[in-house]
Amino acid sequence: MRYQRWFTPWVLVIPALTWLLVFNLWPSVNTVILSFTNAKPLGGGTFVGLRNFETLLQDEQLRWALLNSVIYMVVCLPFLTVLPLLLAVLVEKKLPGITFFRTAFYTPVVASAVVVALIWQWILDDRGLVNGLAEKLGVISGPLPFLSDQWLLLFSAISLTIWKGLGYYMIIYLAALGNVGRDLHEAAAVDGAGPLRRFVHITVPGVRGTMILISILISVSALRVFSELFILTGGKGGPGGRDNSVVMLIQQYSQGFEGNLGYASALSIVLFFVTVVPMLILARLNRRGAEA
Amino acid sequence: MSVVTDPARPAVVEAPGTPPARRRGSFGFNTVSTREKVVRYVLLMFVLLITIGPFLWQLSTSLKGSGEDIYTRIPRLLPAQPTFEHYGAVADTIPVWDYAKNSLVVAVLVVGGNVIGASLAGFALSRLQFRGRRLVLGLFLATLVLPGEVTIISQYVTVREFGLANTLFGVALPGMIGALNVLLMYNAFRSLPVEVDHAAIVDGANAWQRFVYIGLPSVRGTISVVAIFAFIGAWDDFLWPLIVLTDPDKYTLTVGLQYLSGTFSNNPRLIAAGTMIAFIPIVIVFATLQRFFFKGVEEGAVKG
Repeated sequence: MRYQRWFTPWVLVIPALTWLLVFNLWPSVNTVILSFTNAKPLGGGTFVGLRNFETLLQDEQLRWALLNSVIYMVVCLPFLTVLPLLLAVLVEKKLPGITFFRTAFYTPVVASAVVVALIWQWILDDRGLVNGLAEKLGVISGPLPFLSDQWLLLFSAISLTIWKGLGYYMIIYLAALGNVGRDLHEAAAVDGAGPLRRFVHITVPGVRGTMILISILISVSALRVFSELFILTGGKGGPGGRDNSVVMLIQQYSQGFEGNLGYASALSIVLFFVTVVPMLILARLNRRGAEA
Repeated sequence: MSVVTDPARPAVVEAPGTPPARRRGSFGFNTVSTREKVVRYVLLMFVLLITIGPFLWQLSTSLKGSGEDIYTRIPRLLPAQPTFEHYGAVADTIPVWDYAKNSLVVAVLVVGGNVIGASLAGFALSRLQFRGRRLVLGLFLATLVLPGEVTIISQYVTVREFGLANTLFGVALPGMIGALNVLLMYNAFRSLPVEVDHAAIVDGANAWQRFVYIGLPSVRGTISVVAIFAFIGAWDDFLWPLIVLTDPDKYTLTVGLQYLSGTFSNNPRLIAAGTMIAFIPIVIVFATLQRFFFKGVEEGAVKG
């Protein structure tokens, strides 16, 4: 049964649908088309066949970027699935002032990655807070090169991403915790189960679905990392360009007279496949877990 | 709130500040023992130090006088010679207030576009029956799996074709109606019972009246979440404006900050002041609106 003129729904949907077509669907198609060209950032370009994809195979920076992405994902996953859940349990109980703590813990999320990375750049500076304190305490004799060593730089960016993500996943867990039966907790407590056992046997299974969703989100966002690495490496991708991410490479090819949007598009297709694979694996894992 | 079923015990409501009277061996989930309270607050303070500490440190650095040693081995949080001079110095180095204005323009456009476009589409998709509804819904869902960075290059090509490269409108345009926001609004409108619509139809309300008088008032929580996130997302965005804008006069704050730190300055006080100029407005916006945000979370508006 319809209760309005046939075009009314379309009038309401058309703006959003136009945006979807012009800025989502068409660009997806166009990315594939562009990847067979050598389009320039300022316009122009010709069809070059598979040349961009041949270049991909020999791109040493891309190999480093992919390796970095995998490391990023593997390190972020355990930290960001577990720590935010503990935080959510911590802020779940409505103690006086808890809203303040929830808001405060969420602050790193609302701050721009650029702001946060500049703050950490200063903290991790050769003469910054961390090195200064560590030297004072006698843990190290000279400053650790957090911002100039290939691996320290990568792990600095990873810890920054983890720190910035805590509040975000905490909030998602917090929403999920609301659905975990309180009576279940109470019953377990009657039976003498301590907080730890209740956490492992009630809370964790109760938020299992959310946990899978969160691990998908973490994996995808780890593979898409850009701002943190860009700022910490000063946009240069670290020593020898070995601290790039795939998105950083895409950005580098998007600019200037030497830019190549065709190659950047080919890199975008690589990005698409590397982000889709973990998504499919985790979604499958979810389904199998649900059946079991 | 769960109901206390034990008739022997009076219902204990979480009363902030009043220590619950409990006997040893009793348990309850609306009550917290003093010991647990202490442990919780200690942990909360510890996490607070980790999450807020770096921001305070940056704020402190931005306020330290030029003559003050900021590299002291024993970190000093409170500036010995507090000054705002670096905030002025940032403005002398880069047009930071223009950048802030540019960020604001982009953010306002994005918030307006999303609130209007997403609620209209969300309403139509969830509460109006029409041919092609499922297909349209499927299209919106399908784009969610696509990370934005994958299409960012061809999105730039599209914006360039419109003649909007290197303009603020070009920065705002693609984000003005987000697929995710449409789906959030769709979800929010759907939670309203269909009977309400039927009753309104019987009373002779047309689609627009149902949207304005029945739909919108019931989804205020989700609208505020959409608005807050659109604002934060636009204000914080870095990669997209970095690609679109080439002219330093048109930079948004994030791109301008990177320009400041990369091109002009090795003075941590100056960069600290710049980061605070970008950070403080967003904190104020979020702190003011956080109750809407957390309410929206409870309504289920945040699901990744």
